[in-house]
Amino acid sequence: MSKLIASAAIRGAHKIVNRAEKSWNEALKKYGPDQKVEFPNTGYFLPVIFAMTGIEVKTLKDCQPVIEECKRLLPPVPEKQHWLPFLGVTLDAGMATLWADEIIEALKYIKDCPYAIQENCPEEGNFWLGAADDVIMRKRGIEFVDGTAPGFAACVGAAPTVEQAVKLARELQEKNLYVFMSADTHGKTMADQLRQAKVQMGWETRLVPFGKDVTSTVFALGFAARAAMAFGGVKPGDFKRTLLYNKNRIFAFALALGEIDDEKYAQAAGAINYGFPAIAETDIPEILPTGVCTYEHVVSRVKVEDMVSKAVEVRGLKIQIHKVPIPVSFGPAFEGERIRKEDMQVEFGGTKTPAFEVVFTKDLNQVEDNKIEVIGPEIDDMKEGGAYPLGIVVEVAGRQMSSDYEPIFERWVHTFINEASGIFHMGQRDINMVRINKEAKQKGFKIKHLGTILHAKFHADFGAIVDKVQVRIYTNEKDVLAWRDKARATYKTRDERLGSMTDESVEMFYSCALCQSFAPTHICVVTPERSGLCGSYNWLDCKAAFQMNPTGPNQPVPKLDVLDPAKGVWKSVNDFVFASSRKSIEKACAYSIMDSPMTSCGCFECISAILPLANGIMTVNREYADMTPCGMKFSTLAGTVGGGLQVPGFVGHSRIYIGSKKFLLAEGGLARLTWAPKALKEAIKPLIEKRGKEMGVPDLYDKIADETTATTEEEVLAHMQKTNHPALTMPSLIG
Amino acid sequence: MTDKKTAQEIMLEHVKQKGIKTAFDRTASMAPCPIGSAGSCCKICNMGPCRLNPKKPDEGTGICGATASTISARNFARMVAAGAASHCDHGRAVAHTFLLTARGEVSGYQIKDVKKLHSLAAVYGIETSNRTKEQIAEALALAIIEEFGAHDSKLNMPKRAPQPRQELWNKLNVWPRSIDREVVDLMSRTVMGTDQDDRNIYMASARCALANGWGGSMIATELQDILFGTPVPTRGKVNLGVIKKDEVNIIVHGHEPLLSEMIVIASKDKALVELAKSKGAKGITIAGVCCTANELLMRHGIPVAGNFSQQELVLATGAVEAMVVDVQCLMQALTEMAACYHTKIITTSPKAKITGAIHMEFDEHSALATAKEIVKTAIENYPRRGETCIPQEDTELVCGFSHETINYMLGGSFRGSYRPLNDNIMNGRILGVVGVVGCEVPSLNSNQAHYDLITELIANNILVVQSGCSALGSARNGLLLPETAIKLAGKGLAEVCQTVGIPPVLHAGACVDNSRILVAAAAMVQEGGLGKDISDLPVAGACPTWMSEKAIAIGMYFVASGVFTVFGPRLQTMGSKKFEKLLCEDSEQIFKGRWGVSDNPKAMAQMIIDHINNKREKLGINKAKERVLYDMAMRRDLKIE
Repeated sequence: MSKLIASAAIRGAHKIVNRAEKSWNEALKKYGPDQKVEFPNTGYFLPVIFAMTGIEVKTLKDCQPVIEECKRLLPPVPEKQHWLPFLGVTLDAGMATLWADEIIEALKYIKDCPYAIQENCPEEGNFWLGAADDVIMRKRGIEFVDGTAPGFAACVGAAPTVEQAVKLARELQEKNLYVFMSADTHGKTMADQLRQAKVQMGWETRLVPFGKDVTSTVFALGFAARAAMAFGGVKPGDFKRTLLYNKNRIFAFALALGEIDDEKYAQAAGAINYGFPAIAETDIPEILPTGVCTYEHVVSRVKVEDMVSKAVEVRGLKIQIHKVPIPVSFGPAFEGERIRKEDMQVEFGGTKTPAFEVVFTKDLNQVEDNKIEVIGPEIDDMKEGGAYPLGIVVEVAGRQMSSDYEPIFERWVHTFINEASGIFHMGQRDINMVRINKEAKQKGFKIKHLGTILHAKFHADFGAIVDKVQVRIYTNEKDVLAWRDKARATYKTRDERLGSMTDESVEMFYSCALCQSFAPTHICVVTPERSGLCGSYNWLDCKAAFQMNPTGPNQPVPKLDVLDPAKGVWKSVNDFVFASSRKSIEKACAYSIMDSPMTSCGCFECISAILPLANGIMTVNREYADMTPCGMKFSTLAGTVGGGLQVPGFVGHSRIYIGSKKFLLAEGGLARLTWAPKALKEAIKPLIEKRGKEMGVPDLYDKIADETTATTEEEVLAHMQKTNHPALTMPSLIG
Repeated sequence: MTDKKTAQEIMLEHVKQKGIKTAFDRTASMAPCPIGSAGSCCKICNMGPCRLNPKKPDEGTGICGATASTISARNFARMVAAGAASHCDHGRAVAHTFLLTARGEVSGYQIKDVKKLHSLAAVYGIETSNRTKEQIAEALALAIIEEFGAHDSKLNMPKRAPQPRQELWNKLNVWPRSIDREVVDLMSRTVMGTDQDDRNIYMASARCALANGWGGSMIATELQDILFGTPVPTRGKVNLGVIKKDEVNIIVHGHEPLLSEMIVIASKDKALVELAKSKGAKGITIAGVCCTANELLMRHGIPVAGNFSQQELVLATGAVEAMVVDVQCLMQALTEMAACYHTKIITTSPKAKITGAIHMEFDEHSALATAKEIVKTAIENYPRRGETCIPQEDTELVCGFSHETINYMLGGSFRGSYRPLNDNIMNGRILGVVGVVGCEVPSLNSNQAHYDLITELIANNILVVQSGCSALGSARNGLLLPETAIKLAGKGLAEVCQTVGIPPVLHAGACVDNSRILVAAAAMVQEGGLGKDISDLPVAGACPTWMSEKAIAIGMYFVASGVFTVFGPRLQTMGSKKFEKLLCEDSEQIFKGRWGVSDNPKAMAQMIIDHINNKREKLGINKAKERVLYDMAMRRDLKIE
């Protein structure tokens, strides 16, 4: 810490803590000590405070010990001469700043909240989003777990020009980094600049405007703290692990745009605690020695156009990007872009025209790598705003390729095409839809490039399986219709084969230890009828992943010696789980919630919990923010179930597992389901109806209560009695 | 250092004019005994005493046939025993006070550092849950006191050393059994006709020294921290200018802070301050000399009048009402010097009386009362003060670098660790770390030797940790100020110092606090990246002008802990090349640490730099490495403990 920076940061910390205390006193006078204080829909309270101290700030009076602690942490500004060591105290001042930030920000939510509380920025008017709720945090946090997002850039202030701001944002997006924006430079903000250039902002495009106030910078660090608690199994109050987790897992950094005032230095000091360095555009002293961060702590005089590459180097981040040779930007950050009608150049499929996409396996000699053909009109021959048919036929060949993997490849078509900026993809198989916007066309994007994307990405992501990829794209109706029939025949055979695949029909399950670096005692065992709890990995995915990387996180788990077929217990699986859970989990039942249920990392799509009164279970999806009949919100349940713990009565799982024949087989299966949020119920309605019929309860769907019919366990029971729910007559769940 | 006359030079001229002799004069007129300084005088029995010719090393024997090597080894061993005994006895005294404090049997003392109490309780396996701090302290005190006299046990503190070091000590059978036993063992085996194998004597010396460094000394340091507070960064002043012309000056001198801490409290007593004013003084000043000074400086910023070599000069200011002494490094000449002035020399320890001094004995039960009595005696002596000569020189300094401070200052409350230190050693900004310890002797070259060694080391990017009178000498030279980094340190070290806000020379405490350096070395190993044992670290020890036997005991525990340690200007072992080879060469095979000897500070610095470069090469950190960029898989492998 240079003395100049330390002095500025400490001065800034004093100002922010004073401001927090003043605002708090005013709020106390106005609302009284019992006034609720919270960020919207989170189980982590004011997350930095919670992660570092374990203090649950719920009301105004809970802020008092935090403010006291902030004041205790604040050191005097280093002396001009014969100064005492200042690095440690400055970092403490930085932490006090973050806590004070959170109090200041939380008070804003009490009245006249300046934030649009939603996932993506409204297209008009106020675009500042404020704190992310737990739904966003869990959805996005997983990307930090699996490496899809290597980290984030906290951009503080405004770029010198709009063009530079856009260029910076695009460059960060192309590197898959999240862009968190806060604070202003002489009244200007980076988010304003992006809005001016009509850049789509929100979590979906990874361009997240937190707030104009410098204190909103803390939302970035709160997100990081929650990631450590949600996915890293770090206990609240364990500040050391929270911070080291961030230093070694979340490769984030701060980009200081424009002039840096005392308050901004104070934020930087807070961020350095996390191992997040600062890269500054202006001429400020540098802090090059390493230790708290992985490499340098502060690097200055970096031109805006060089900032991203410098930041990546300073943070020690290796980003592997397989360049896709197309004329528009490409990367996960562009996946969430929408194309409005007036920006659309041309569209395919949906309800307007026939369309499909299919992947076939071929012999090596039948495929010519990188052969991409467009059969029918190209984009230049199409009318602006027109709708055309589209058939995408991908043929792949490889020594390790198996037709089993076709659906995996096919599923990725959606993601890969969507990752091109200006191209929008929705749906799959023969219900897909593609839009290309005007800007992409202006930049030279052709229909052919859809093939270029698939060729490049299949090689990049599945290189161990695939040797050759060729793509044919049909845009004339006749060919599209003819090939669509062939595709449909393939879907059918495939569905039959997959549908017939059961846990009994395979000899091997697969593990998934992808989250173990975050939840060390958690191990997923993925079976054909029980997909990974995150919903991202089914049995075939894991098998393919093992093929691609035999020493990777997905390993075969031998299925030998059935101990209990109903609960799903095999001796060999238990042995595997014991060995891979650092000897902490001795037994795991694949199909039971009551007896040794499988552990969870934190990525679960849904959580099921028993409702003793109802003699059944309820299932809640992570998007559901309200209270559930078990008395806990999803966020609280997640804290109970996550982190590699085995908690009888609670289990985390995927959405698709709800429709599996093996869903809680030990307890009687889907017939035990008594409550689920309406949105979840509707989303999996066909699955519920299918299983209901199979189980002899054809109207099961209506017997399952939701928030419109029951919000307490008693109400669930009443609904069950009204509808004669099958769980009422099932054996008692407990004992 | 400037050409301006130093306070010491001014005082030496002053006493010369007055015709008073000091240790500086006696040094000049007293040539060292050539046989004694070679370690070749054997007077452990009355057949001789035998004297072997130091000019013909290893030739001839004593009457009993003892070789030069055995005689040197026995003399060396007895220095280790005496040095260890003194520091360990200091530890015993603190442990005793600690027990009485825990039991509430004494007033004035308290358990100040509860965190440290708990961490030490963990070392001793003392249960802490559902216990008050006093209960924990009592159990800890009893366990520690037991370690002094246990019959056949093993000390606990060495468990704080890295695992391979512990295994080596076990293998070599040098893990100390109990503190007193190792001292007695060493004395008994060096009696006439007992241990006559130089290597066997050397190994026993190592065990006794370890009982000091990882035993008695460490106990003294840690318990003092719990009782009086673990040092934190503090500003202080050093040199004769801290003595106030218009105040009652009380000088505390020696090593044990048990009484002096109470004198500090007593000096703030309103009634006593009023009494001082009634005698015409503006107030009461407490200033320290030697390591009692270091103890009070580190914890309270109490000013330091001088170090060992200047103790007589402090009195020669004529402005000292009382000099209160406890134990160790007290020159008998003090009473003679005091007699030239109104100054009262007050001895306080039953084991350290000086003919001609007033004795006011320290007892824990009445410590504060005795302290008040002492302060009162000094105040009442104020009106008797005559002419004074106080050189107006004092230098500011920054001190307080305990292990805990280092840990905190490198990352604050939330990220405190040795990581930044290790990292910057690994990346080469810091070449290594050297502990410079020991004494300054009454010779004009002594302070210069320290200065030359230290400035050479820091210019070569070596971080220096100092203790004892050696540190006070550097403080006088202005080396303990953060600005020194910019002026004198190499680029890499300066960058780190400017990042952390520290001087390139860190004051770690009194000579008993060298145990802090051991704890720090163990922490560096534990932090990772610099090997598995202290002997893998790019570190060294240096004692450029040793005086007390305590220094030899310290050097021995550094070496036995795996540290290359250079002493100057000589060890008293030159009479046997064989024994010197054992110390300076064979020791490396035994302890992975060895002694070095040099009478030239620049050469000493070079020996250390070479040694550190050698260690860096072995660690593979001698060359700049390409920056590692982490992908997701690599990040998953990073530990988050």
